[in-house]
Amino acid sequence: MSEARDDILAGIRRSLGVSAGDTARRQIVEARIATAARGILPQRGEGDVATRAATFQAQAESVSASVAHVASDADLPAEIARFLRENNLPATLRMGEDARLAALPWDATALDISKGPSKGDDLNAVSHAEAGVAETGTLVLVSGSHNPTTLNFLPDNHIVVLRAETIAANYENVWTELRKRFGKGLMPRTVNLITGPSRSADIEQKMLLGAHGPRRLHIVVVG
Amino acid sequence: MSAHATSPQFKDNAHRALQDQQLQKALGNVRHNFIERRAQAAARLPEFEALRDQARDLRDHVLAHLDLYLEIYERKVTEAGGHVHFARTAEEASQIIVDLAKMRDARIVTKGKSMVSEEIGLNAALERAGIEAVETDLGEYIIQLRGEAPSHIIAPAVHLNQEDIEGDFRRVHTWLPKDRDLEAPESLLAEARATLRAKFLASDIGITGANFLVAETGTSIIVTNEGNGDLTQTLPKVHVVVASIEKIAPTLEDVAGIMRVLARSATGQDMSVYTTLSTGPRRPDDVDGPEEYHVVLVDNGRSNMLGTDFEDMLRCIRCGACMNHCPVYHAVGGHAYGWVYPGPMGAVLTPSLIGVDQGGHLPNASTFCGRCESVCPVRIPLPKLMRHWREREFERHLSPATVRSGLALWAYFAKRPKLYALSARIGIGLMGLAGRSKGRFAWMPFAGGWTKYRDMPAPQGQTFQAMYKRQRGASR
Repeated sequence: MSEARDDILAGIRRSLGVSAGDTARRQIVEARIATAARGILPQRGEGDVATRAATFQAQAESVSASVAHVASDADLPAEIARFLRENNLPATLRMGEDARLAALPWDATALDISKGPSKGDDLNAVSHAEAGVAETGTLVLVSGSHNPTTLNFLPDNHIVVLRAETIAANYENVWTELRKRFGKGLMPRTVNLITGPSRSADIEQKMLLGAHGPRRLHIVVVG
Repeated sequence: MSAHATSPQFKDNAHRALQDQQLQKALGNVRHNFIERRAQAAARLPEFEALRDQARDLRDHVLAHLDLYLEIYERKVTEAGGHVHFARTAEEASQIIVDLAKMRDARIVTKGKSMVSEEIGLNAALERAGIEAVETDLGEYIIQLRGEAPSHIIAPAVHLNQEDIEGDFRRVHTWLPKDRDLEAPESLLAEARATLRAKFLASDIGITGANFLVAETGTSIIVTNEGNGDLTQTLPKVHVVVASIEKIAPTLEDVAGIMRVLARSATGQDMSVYTTLSTGPRRPDDVDGPEEYHVVLVDNGRSNMLGTDFEDMLRCIRCGACMNHCPVYHAVGGHAYGWVYPGPMGAVLTPSLIGVDQGGHLPNASTFCGRCESVCPVRIPLPKLMRHWREREFERHLSPATVRSGLALWAYFAKRPKLYALSARIGIGLMGLAGRSKGRFAWMPFAGGWTKYRDMPAPQGQTFQAMYKRQRGASR
């Protein structure tokens, strides 16, 4: 490796007064990573599925996301069509290859659906969340052809389907699920934690929505 | 080359800032919004104070094992298909990025907000190489149009008012109709959004900073509100992360813990809008995202701070709470500090990174009120560290002769308690007599600089020592 790398690591060891061969230090570090122990967990996200869903909704709404509930998958297309119609948005929808979204009865609506990542000319997109976090009303989205990352940022209006039973109390529960799915120490290219629509307060500290990402974030909770 | 510093001229800078009506108006926004929002967010989370202790302990653990975590982090990034580059200095860091850009014939580079990129003078280096660097955070974009440095680490344009921004947009966006309405802040935002959208889509390389680097997974994390960082890193073929070496977090659990104090301390949000975890380049199943992923790890003086009085400063997670609560920052704003990092954290970090001869004035820009330490999410003892710098400035004979002789005079008396008590009694008594009629002094010998801006209250009654003696006698 590079001379700079060796210099920096040697410099750190010199400043700390430690040697590279100190196995006790190495064991401490390896154990911390292997254990991935949880720290203090806020109480506010805890509770049964219904409580977590209610906390999630309150938190998400407090950061200007809109939240709707549907009883089953079959109700999703109608709810999404309603959201677009009531906001005077065109009846178009971009989505990835997610099988759960593909299986929905879209024919019952007049929505014009296209598939694939966004190149910046899609007004509306729908994604399927991997999970939610009750604590802060946060959505967890994972990259891949199923739910391309560009759909989370380029369209003006982002609709996200979230299963009630995947709403976790806290981020730590989500990490546990990610490890189950991808393996310990392995991650997909991108995990997006999204809490409300895009915003900026860079002009005189006034909070304005729709800075560079979506102006609207609509979450539909199923179940 | 590191960003140019005007820190040695702090006094002149501060003087100008105090006279600047426009700046003073803008600084009013800092005083009100940040403090109130942070207090509310902290109050909403009962575990907040315990989380601050946990965050402090975690950062100390990372610093004590930084070499080992960097090795693990590097291995994990490489396993995920990314590349790690180490840079000892600002020059090396900029050169690595310029070389990456040149080898890919990059013409336009988009940037997410990154303070370390300011520190290494990256935009100037890219421009010298003929590459257009576009800041995409709204505040950063605005100050780039003005040729200014950020005046705040999380709110770079906080020194500006809406009419300043309107003027800049009209001056630069000449392709838009001259008679367009930019009255509302929403219209300014919409104009920036449209202008920068075109840049995102045309960009060859996206450069972001990192709030955390996770050793467990080789993941870099950015925390933003606008979504510009995500468009920056998702759309171009190459994503370059530039981060300082101390940004390591061992595990995702450790990140979760620190996240809970970061946004609350910074903007008073429970969580920023976008927290994005990036690991390596695009995977076989991906239909978007960068094809190359590079991380440039910047030391630039930090490894020398370990094991010194200033190691605590490396706990900093760049939330900005210290400057948001600082009466000196409120009075003069960020530019007066003269380099990249303003406020209390800047007053400690700047002399460490560019030398006490350059940044030595900054630790004097403090009233030692202690608010910065009381709100720091990782409990950095900022006033104590500023005091350490003052001591070093004194030891190295960098402080002015008047300060030195004043201190020497004071030391003479302080070492002779009886003489001190006597002369204090006489001095205080005389001042009390002289100021009896008005109760204050508008001018005092040897203190003209002080009394020029405010009156000195005339002492009333006895000295502290005399009162102490009497009270102690009474309570016995």
